[in-house]
Amino acid sequence: MAEFWQQVVSGLASGGIYASLALALVIVYRSSGVINFAQGEMATFATFLAWTLLDHGLSYWPAFALTLAIAFAGGVALERVLIRPVEGRPVLTVVILTIGLLILINGATQWIWGGATRKFPSPFSTRPIHVVSAAFSIQDLGIVGVSLAAVALLSLFFRFTKLGLGLRAAAVNPEESRLVGVRVGWMLALGWGLAAALGAVSGMMVAPVVFLDPNMMQGVLLYAFAAAMLGGLASPVGAVVGGLALGVVLNLLGTYVSTFSGQMRLVGGLAVILVVLLVRPTGLFGRTAVRRV
Amino acid sequence: MSRRRLALNAAGFVVAAVVVAFLPRFISSYHALEWANVGIYFTALLGLNVLTGYSGQISLGHGAFMAIGGYTSAILIAHHGVRDVWTIPLAGLVAGGVGLAFGLPALRLRGFYLALATFGVAVAFPALVQKFDHFTGGSVGLPLTLHSNDWLYYLAWAIAGAGLLLGRLVLATPIGRAFRALRDSEVAAVSSGISPALYKTLAFGISSFYAGIAGALYAIAAAYVTPQTFPITLSLFLVVGLAVGGLGSLAGSVVGAILIQFLPPLAPHLGHAPPQVLEGAVLVAVMLLLPGGAAGLLRLVQSSRQS
Amino acid sequence: MPSLAPLLELEGVEARYGPIKALHGVSLAVGEGEVVALLGANGAGKTTTLRAVSGTVRRAGRISFAGQTLERRPPEAVARAGIAHVPEGRGTFGELTVHENLRLGAWTRRGRLRGEEERVLAHFPALAERTRQPAGTLSGGEQQMLALARALMARPRLLMLDEPSLGLAPLVVASIFAILRRLNEEEGLAVLLVEQNATLALEAASTAYVLEVGRVAVAGPAADLRADESVRRSYLGY
Repeated sequence: MAEFWQQVVSGLASGGIYASLALALVIVYRSSGVINFAQGEMATFATFLAWTLLDHGLSYWPAFALTLAIAFAGGVALERVLIRPVEGRPVLTVVILTIGLLILINGATQWIWGGATRKFPSPFSTRPIHVVSAAFSIQDLGIVGVSLAAVALLSLFFRFTKLGLGLRAAAVNPEESRLVGVRVGWMLALGWGLAAALGAVSGMMVAPVVFLDPNMMQGVLLYAFAAAMLGGLASPVGAVVGGLALGVVLNLLGTYVSTFSGQMRLVGGLAVILVVLLVRPTGLFGRTAVRRV
Repeated sequence: MSRRRLALNAAGFVVAAVVVAFLPRFISSYHALEWANVGIYFTALLGLNVLTGYSGQISLGHGAFMAIGGYTSAILIAHHGVRDVWTIPLAGLVAGGVGLAFGLPALRLRGFYLALATFGVAVAFPALVQKFDHFTGGSVGLPLTLHSNDWLYYLAWAIAGAGLLLGRLVLATPIGRAFRALRDSEVAAVSSGISPALYKTLAFGISSFYAGIAGALYAIAAAYVTPQTFPITLSLFLVVGLAVGGLGSLAGSVVGAILIQFLPPLAPHLGHAPPQVLEGAVLVAVMLLLPGGAAGLLRLVQSSRQS
Repeated sequence: MPSLAPLLELEGVEARYGPIKALHGVSLAVGEGEVVALLGANGAGKTTTLRAVSGTVRRAGRISFAGQTLERRPPEAVARAGIAHVPEGRGTFGELTVHENLRLGAWTRRGRLRGEEERVLAHFPALAERTRQPAGTLSGGEQQMLALARALMARPRLLMLDEPSLGLAPLVVASIFAILRRLNEEEGLAVLLVEQNATLALEAASTAYVLEVGRVAVAGPAADLRADESVRRSYLGY
């Protein structure tokens, strides 16, 4: 029984990582109407940046904060420079552009830092803490904590600040937003910046576990897609709940069903995507009906 | 299509066929293998073009469908001693079948669900290969028969040519008309009784069939299959080739295929950048500046000549 | 017409939707604190004229507002200049609450907004009870009031209203127009009103323009147009 709860917490930690990236995807999807296929690679790049900062002697949390800031700025710049010019074009064009970014950023990461795998430090110790008969890893709890904190901060931002309101309005109804004076373009850029920062959180949380390498986030992106779809692509709450649930389910499956150990969890993630498509495309939390062809 | 266009196309095809047929005489054996690969990529791109150009959907996992074809071929050759050439159509059918099964859930919905799902296939496929290693040889892989580069070249281009003709043929049938109708206006097509889900799934099935065939050829050309033979970058570079060649242009896929084969080796000369940097930058630039790709450029040139 | 420079002035304004030209040179003026009605049949270009001012359609020609030229400005800048455009169909943000809609309305204003919401809601008691409700759950009349209230949160100098009476019951419409009159009289709010319901519009306005196929066909004091039978019959359908 203790094993079960340990795996649940461990699954929540993975889930927190998926949830952060999934939320990033949803923010961009809601504001720009596009799936940013490069979200994972952006996160990887940010994590490598963090590694460089740490390598130069900066201590963990200042490096973490600085990375978030740089990632945010990068996201804003990306939207303004590359996405804005293709604003009116068919969605397919924009999506292919993000795929191009995926390839480009992946390559850039390899170019700058090389393909070797590196260790990435965790701010949390790997010692376990004992609750009743179970031993929970502090690192797992820490990851859950950081992920939930990021998500919580973001929801506070959306609910209670003027900018957050402007972003929500611009995402829901850009034309009307312009009429009240909202600079919709900059709201979109803000969305991309926030998403990039969230991705950086996800990357820095996963790197200590899977080790840092340029292809680190590809699997996470797959799980993030599955989580976002589980929750309903346009639902931020859904993405977070979906991510956490997915983490727990896949971890339990991996522990108790031998077929799903290790890399086969990726297949599990793929299966989730397919099942959602087949059974409930709007996701568990989706409100708007997915348009059938 | 007007008679003149048809005649021009036929003439173009004949000229191209002649060039392809005589090229190996002028190039080394090593280059023949490179150009064989171009032919293989061309076949894969033909399929991707059917999918994207005519149904507006994109697949990020076509490398995995090539892998399905390649592994089907390899398993038949290595475990069952089937002669490699005969495995090619079988590989296509298996890949096509998987494509049909895959396509239907994703393609009956609007949006980029197919892209999401196929990305998942590309990322998850190596895990499947490892899992079923008694079939697939796991990371060690399966060895296949060696052939001369010239033989591979002619096989690849013969199949590419057949694929091109078949593609043109299909597009001339009611199926092709349905595809075009869907591309031009989904609303109008639906009101004419065309079921978008059905035809989009069919398009995906056709495109994965082509990918499977290309994958089988690829495996035969490499004379070995491992999970590394079909990495994720293959799926991604196919998209680059597709976009650069031009969406919806069958012949433009040649340009794309050439890019996929010859751009990566150039990369080290340009400041040691990994090929992804170049490929990615090219794709971003093409989408920003020239979404129609090479074919779009050609159309621009043609229309400016007419005015 | 007042001798001071008008608050809003359009001169030879053209507008197009893609290749289709919708306005062929419209000229009109709204004075400080004036209510101006823009009338005409469906498709005459009334909505397009408002869009030309707020910058949500491709336009050419001269548009000046309080001494600034607007014809090159994007919609966000027009809003900042002090024009509030309430489009056809209300334009409320259905997913956001009433309170959030109002907060959005004050987007262009700096500084603290204590009491602003109360001040505006004083005109719309029906809304005051529903501040936490999503705007999409309000009735048509309440949504129109919300759209109006949101526009007022910006403290605009000019309010542009597109078909406020559309789809609403007569009693509701009457109360909306009463509010408009009060705002105009008490706060000197200038209003450019597009209305299919010519009677209502001519009662509320001091000046009226009748558009036909993208041009001004008739213009003059509202009282004169109301009295002129031939104008009423040819252009206003009664």
